[in-house]
Amino acid sequence: MEPMPKTLSEKVWEQHVVHRADGEPDLLYVDLHLVHEVTSPQAFDGLRSAGRSVRRPDLTVATMDHNVPTGPGPQDPISVRQMDALRNNCAEFDIPLFPTGDLGQGIVHVIGPQMGLTQPGLVIVCGDSHTSTHGAFGALAVGIGTSEVEHVLATQTLPQTRPRTMAVTVDGDLPAGVGAKDVILAIIARIGTGGGVGHVIEYRGSAIRSLSMEGRMTICNMSIEAGARAGMIAPDETTFAYMEGLPHAPTGAAWESALEYWRTLPTDEGASFDREVHIDAGELTPFVSWGTNPGQTVSIDDVVPAPTDETAERALAYMGLTPGTPIRDIRPDTVFIGSCTNSRIGDLREAAEILRGRRVREGLRAMVVPGSMLVKAQAEREGLDQVFVAAGFEWREAGCSMCLGMNPDQLAPRERCASTSNRNFEGRQGKGGRTHLVSPAVAAATAVAGHFATPEDL
Amino acid sequence: MRPFTVHTGRATPLDRSDVDTDQIIPAEYLKRVERSGFGPFLFDSWRSDPTFVLNQPAYAGSTILVTGPNFGSGSSREHAVWALEDHGFRAIVAPSFADIFRNNCTKVGLLPVELAPDTVRSLLDLVLADPATEITVDLQTRTVSAPGLHGAFEIDDFTRWRLLEGLDDIGLTLRHEDAIDAFEAARPSRFPSTRR
Repeated sequence: MEPMPKTLSEKVWEQHVVHRADGEPDLLYVDLHLVHEVTSPQAFDGLRSAGRSVRRPDLTVATMDHNVPTGPGPQDPISVRQMDALRNNCAEFDIPLFPTGDLGQGIVHVIGPQMGLTQPGLVIVCGDSHTSTHGAFGALAVGIGTSEVEHVLATQTLPQTRPRTMAVTVDGDLPAGVGAKDVILAIIARIGTGGGVGHVIEYRGSAIRSLSMEGRMTICNMSIEAGARAGMIAPDETTFAYMEGLPHAPTGAAWESALEYWRTLPTDEGASFDREVHIDAGELTPFVSWGTNPGQTVSIDDVVPAPTDETAERALAYMGLTPGTPIRDIRPDTVFIGSCTNSRIGDLREAAEILRGRRVREGLRAMVVPGSMLVKAQAEREGLDQVFVAAGFEWREAGCSMCLGMNPDQLAPRERCASTSNRNFEGRQGKGGRTHLVSPAVAAATAVAGHFATPEDL
Repeated sequence: MRPFTVHTGRATPLDRSDVDTDQIIPAEYLKRVERSGFGPFLFDSWRSDPTFVLNQPAYAGSTILVTGPNFGSGSSREHAVWALEDHGFRAIVAPSFADIFRNNCTKVGLLPVELAPDTVRSLLDLVLADPATEITVDLQTRTVSAPGLHGAFEIDDFTRWRLLEGLDDIGLTLRHEDAIDAFEAARPSRFPSTRR
């Protein structure tokens, strides 16, 4: 008998079941555990108080990203205490660490892929909801809480109930000026912020296949904004070309054997999904969020919509927006290029290309925060830092920065920001701050125009 | 973990949908390295509004939060659960929860109770009309009851058992240590190591 056709996520799942029993969640093996300073200290304390050790420090790696300063100035003593805790915990439990000041330091979802640790077919976890980023390589990557971080440290496994499967197929050619960020914002607008709950989304179709690995990471990164447990894209030649030669990628015979295995991972012909969504790439435009959740977005060609419920009314009041206002008439005070969604070298190249020979609009604050120190170094080798600085952008050190405002990079109350990050929640970038989610191209063009704009508008 | 069997208490009505974990506990309060002390920062921004429901004396001391769909969306921060628990909540009643938040709740012993939207609406109306209304959440029978109202909720048998007994997940997993050893022995050596 022919084996049942399986989806990508089902294949990866089945290969990681350590223990299965009726009426219990499956116990999955974890191939890679990424750790950062904010969600780990209580987990290490838990290990200590129970007298437990870290089972596989060699499958664990830590960095500092959430509250690291990205500019000069005095360090917040409470943040320093949290970073010191991570340093001490990694020393005590023998976990490799990339601390601030190290060339390997950066946002946890940027450094995993750049080191080649993120590989197809792995189960990857991290105490951070944007762990879904790593699904761009065909890994099953899930965000977990601190109790689960402790569980993985102690056992290298995680009990998980089987997710449902969803296929989001984006077919056709993306129009000029429309990028990965616009695709995922359109997907979230379609299925809603809770639309993916309980599901692993597999992104498919010719428009997805045409994206670079960086674009695919942008898409998978925001799966959680649709509520999904994970987002995945089947590995292909684009994936393999990106990975070959990375420091932790297999080499020689191991590379060949890995390739052979990775090629078995894509969803089988005839496999079925619990839910399917189709999107026509040709109909997409650059998107801008107008509200306080990532599902509240419209085309840049559109206007601020009339509220349809109390949630939308509250969002408009918080954002200080009037229905009917053209999106292009909205004038941000600040432009932020960065975050685990859009801070990779491709994002910086795209923004710099638009800014070359242009100036940030008078009175507007603009900053670019590379996703990792390696991205920063690469950008500086290419002279991109000079382009940003000449245009009037601040050029910063690597970190999460203004995506969540845990460090001094914050919005003031009512300050309006065009941001390449992933969440426009109330107060996300600073108490009372107003966030509009956009692509790096729109962010750069907006910085020049002084109002929401595409590069073609300049 | 603190066991949960049956709990009776008054409720706070938070009549909003898509309440994300950034609202439950803003990032600026995540710098603590302890598990305790987050309660005072629960819904920090909204609490600066004197009319916000958590500031109303009528709801002080309530132990059940009744709220809208997709509660706990966004960040994976377990600090959100710690803040709710520290404030004194034992159960959250909503039409739906975000996955990571729900998971985090069941690791800590804060009970996520998913009820049909119209039942949650009736509960909200009941508590808004009379803050003294007592609600009983019974994990043994998987039911919620209040005057003139009775609802059943679903929770898988395994999670229910863990919560009823207050069992530590790590202890449960370590019963399968042999299976973990065997799995590791069979893993291909080309899988990445963070040391190399």
